Amino acid sequence: MLSLYLAIPLAPLVGSIVSGLFRRAVGRAGAHWVTIVGVALATVLSGVVFWHTVVLGAAPFNASVYTWALSGGLRFEVGFLVDSLSASMILVVSFVSLMVHIYTIGYMREDPGYQRFFSYISLFTFAMLMLVMSNNFLQLFFGWEAVGLASYLLIGFWYERETAIAANLKAFLVNRAGDFGFLLGIAAVLAHFGSLDYGEVFAAAPGLKDVTVQVLPGVEWSLMTLVGILLFVGAMGKSAQVPLHVWLPDSMEGPTPISALIHAATMVTAGIFMVARMSPIYELSDTALSFVLVIGAVTAFFMGLVGLVQNDIKRVVAYSTLSQLGYMTVALGASAYAAGVFHLVTHAFFKALLFLAAGSVIIAMHHEQDIRRMGGIRRHMPVTYWTSLVGSLALIGFPGFSGFFSKDAILEAVHHSQRPGAGFAYLALVAGVYVTALYTFRMFFLVFHGRPRMDPHTLEHLHEGPAVITVPLIGLAIPSMLAGAVLVGPMLFGDYFRDAIRVLPANDVLAEWGGHYSGVLGFVAHGLSAPPVWLAMAGVVTAWYLYLARPDLPERLHGALRPLHSLLEKGYGFDAFYRRVLAGGARALGGVLWRLGDQRVIDGWLVNGSARTAGLLSGLVRRIQTGYLYQYAFAMIAGLVALLGWFVRG
Amino acid sequence: MVLESLPLLSLLLWTPILGGLGVVVAGRGEHPGRARAVALAVAVVTLLLSLPLYTGFDTGTYAMQFVERTPWIERFGIDYHLGVDGLSMPLVLLTTFSTVLVVLSAWKVIRHRVAQYMASFLVMEGLMIGVFSALDAVLFYVLWEAMLVPMFLIIGVWGGARRVYATVKFFLYTFLGSVLMLVALLYLYSRGGSFAIADLHALPLDLTAQTLVFLAFLVAFGVKVPMWPFHTWLPDAHVEAPTGGSVILAAIMLKMGGYGFLRFSLPITPDASRELDWLVIGLSLVAIVYVGFVAIIQTDLKKLIAYSSISHMGFVTLGFFLLFEIFDATGNTGGAVLGIEGGMVQMVSHGFISGALFLSVGVLYDRLHTREIAAYGGVVNTMPTFAALMMLFVMANSGLPGTSGFVGEFLVVLASFQANFWYAFLAGTILLLGAAYNLWMYKRVIYGRVANEGVAGLQDLDRRELGVLASLAVLVLLFGVWPNPLLEVMHPSVEHLVQQVLQSKL
Repeated sequence: MLSLYLAIPLAPLVGSIVSGLFRRAVGRAGAHWVTIVGVALATVLSGVVFWHTVVLGAAPFNASVYTWALSGGLRFEVGFLVDSLSASMILVVSFVSLMVHIYTIGYMREDPGYQRFFSYISLFTFAMLMLVMSNNFLQLFFGWEAVGLASYLLIGFWYERETAIAANLKAFLVNRAGDFGFLLGIAAVLAHFGSLDYGEVFAAAPGLKDVTVQVLPGVEWSLMTLVGILLFVGAMGKSAQVPLHVWLPDSMEGPTPISALIHAATMVTAGIFMVARMSPIYELSDTALSFVLVIGAVTAFFMGLVGLVQNDIKRVVAYSTLSQLGYMTVALGASAYAAGVFHLVTHAFFKALLFLAAGSVIIAMHHEQDIRRMGGIRRHMPVTYWTSLVGSLALIGFPGFSGFFSKDAILEAVHHSQRPGAGFAYLALVAGVYVTALYTFRMFFLVFHGRPRMDPHTLEHLHEGPAVITVPLIGLAIPSMLAGAVLVGPMLFGDYFRDAIRVLPANDVLAEWGGHYSGVLGFVAHGLSAPPVWLAMAGVVTAWYLYLARPDLPERLHGALRPLHSLLEKGYGFDAFYRRVLAGGARALGGVLWRLGDQRVIDGWLVNGSARTAGLLSGLVRRIQTGYLYQYAFAMIAGLVALLGWFVRG
Repeated sequence: MVLESLPLLSLLLWTPILGGLGVVVAGRGEHPGRARAVALAVAVVTLLLSLPLYTGFDTGTYAMQFVERTPWIERFGIDYHLGVDGLSMPLVLLTTFSTVLVVLSAWKVIRHRVAQYMASFLVMEGLMIGVFSALDAVLFYVLWEAMLVPMFLIIGVWGGARRVYATVKFFLYTFLGSVLMLVALLYLYSRGGSFAIADLHALPLDLTAQTLVFLAFLVAFGVKVPMWPFHTWLPDAHVEAPTGGSVILAAIMLKMGGYGFLRFSLPITPDASRELDWLVIGLSLVAIVYVGFVAIIQTDLKKLIAYSSISHMGFVTLGFFLLFEIFDATGNTGGAVLGIEGGMVQMVSHGFISGALFLSVGVLYDRLHTREIAAYGGVVNTMPTFAALMMLFVMANSGLPGTSGFVGEFLVVLASFQANFWYAFLAGTILLLGAAYNLWMYKRVIYGRVANEGVAGLQDLDRRELGVLASLAVLVLLFGVWPNPLLEVMHPSVEHLVQQVLQSKL
């Protein structure tokens, strides 16, 4: 079995190495074939594993592949834990990756860095699979940072663009800020649990429930709270939660296929996956979960609002991703891990779909991304139009579509949660439903409906892309429609996750609510009777009224709400603050330390001072009785100086 | 085995020194080609001779291996006494490997006094191997001092415009430290009547004596590492040194300071080390954070890497001196071993990475004759292979998991958390600071549009350069993915050291 599991991450790695190192030898077609075959193999094998583990209910596989290091009585292993959680993740990751690989053939057709691109996205797939399949914190951290590397390389893929190489640097640094917390969290785990192996750590967790740690003198913190919050700081970086969210909108500088794969479907959900994986730890700290809950709610609502004022098609979808990640985070904070992972899965399909559809529009528009210069594209690009509609309906939670089930589950879970902050989170999420529908259909109507606003030349050449573009769209539209209805019963209320996710009975909001579950139709009926669905409908109608029926209104509204509008356009000023205070501050501090500390104080008086000290000391040494030996040694040196000096001159 | 009957360490010490003299003879009368060929042959032979140290190494014991001992100056009981254990053997291999790369990297660039240049490096190689394998304090001291001479010449003869300033500063600093070390060694001899390092380890000393000796060692080794605030000689020395000089300085010479702490300070003055560990820990953390900030604003590529070296060496000294606090906090030696092994791995890995980075800067400098970051931009357009390798090294220097740069930092952060949350917190800032200075530099030098005509005319790596950098890339990745072979050889020695140091001499 181990070799089968090994083949899943290694197949894309081989593809990446071949297409990267031997790019001239394999050529363009060779590069896409070798990577696609690798990822396809991973997808098929993931399907087998999924069938085996989730559907047939095989026992989890947990084994080491090799010993990375032994030190101080600790074993650092590389190994796999394959249970329903990781089996679901690998299937989603490899499937979306496969769709994106195929799509890339069309999207990057004319790019000179074709092979390099395939190499990077396969490398990413390898790293992401290693991350989710890990059975220990070391490998988790490896995957965690390696996906960050792939993201960095891909955001800066068009390295001649100043905006792209600023965005990738920013992405890496903000992620590192998160990883800083994450690493401390891992160190805390090792220090107190004595192991980095999930199995051992989770087994030891309940026994350490009441341990406290003194971080500040006189302040006792619960160990679980400390570990939970530190690890979550890592998730805030990777899954772009406020205030570490600033890198994700800028990451749109990367080519669209990676926005779909990395910055929507997979990498950004690593934080969600991680918290779900760590449920045995999080369950033991209400404080940490409240923190998670509030951060998620803030992100879900306030980032959705920013999506309303974006005009770049990719940035609208990016802010939507931030907001949806906030929904997942809230689910985790409410102890509804299963609902969080459920939304992760459905979101992976419909958000990857929306990005790829946006990419399809962008190519047809000759790389125009401003939705104000689009309109009426529906007639020219039917496949893109219909699949976008599916994606949009799934995103806003239209009854029956996948997002409806997962989002409704989160809303219900938060509604039932007694955790501090849950009331606020519920309000934020419900209001967010309206906002989501509004920005989604604002974009949808501006792009596909109404009067064409592009120049006549572009309009004339508008046409649907080739099969390598449309097939992935359709491939993603199907699960975007169906995944919710298929998964809702088993994932939320069945024994889908079994031991992979552990929830304390007192916290189990899903079980509480699950008593009322009576099949998919009942779920839909229940949803229809609740306000969120109607809020979503209201959002669509508002978008229709503002952007199709009365296109003059948005301008006037903009005038009336100018301060709010500009606050949103600036993204609440996070970027400006980070740029001026943190980046500027670090450079200023570096300058002061260097010029004042190193040059003036140390070189200025310490070097001169040590010159004097040396003189003094050698004077002292000469007076020491055993001076004979000293002179002996010094004569050696003098002799060597003379010798070497001679032969260097000669 | 035949090899076991050979005096392997003596061969390693003398082959490059005598070979170096041979290079001078071979290059006499302007025959740079012959000098190069002989130098490479000597370096490769020395590397091959050093391999049995690894393959024949017994990982089951902390005892010295490949020991040779002959009386040298009988009147003072000074022996020509060599041997290696798990602490020194990896550093000897690092030395023999780096020297081959240095010889290759100078192939075309050094045009005047080629033979002397090559010879200086070979002589230095022998002396450095001697420092790592000396088991007698006087032998250690003599080699330690002698090693300065070729380095002094390398910077002074083949260095840049301000080389005189740099060499004088370098000499002043290191000489100050060495004098103090000599005084300390003589004092120890006066107390115990022996210069054998093993005897010094066993020598009972009261706390005052230990403290004075510890402080003398601290300056001697702290200058070499270099620890803040003894670090300002390093950026100047690096900037003025030729590429090969920077590589040896960063890859090997800095490690002698770290090695000195393990071989001398901790075991000879365990109680003073315990009393004053806060000082070393404090200075290490200052180095990591303060110097990290300073590295961000550097405008000279070599200075940036030099400051980065100081910051990374802070992890070495931090890892070494955590042991008392960890032992007191946890009651077992596991975390202490973790910290010291982390520091050791960091030394070896930093040898690869800093060497690779200085070689990379050398590649650029050879082409455009400037080290200013602002003089570059868009190098990836004309040197894609170089850009890819540089990416790997820059990421390794930022401690990316999967590269060797991660291993040491990871182990030391894990260990420091066991001592004190805030140690780990401050040490962990390297994740951010390291990424900031490394990647910002990479962005300005490598990414972007072609900045000027100089960059537009750049040629990508030739085969020799590619071979040198690729071999380092392989090692950086290999030890990142699988550091166990490196750690394995250290365990008995480090565990023994920890036992030894935790045993009070009072």
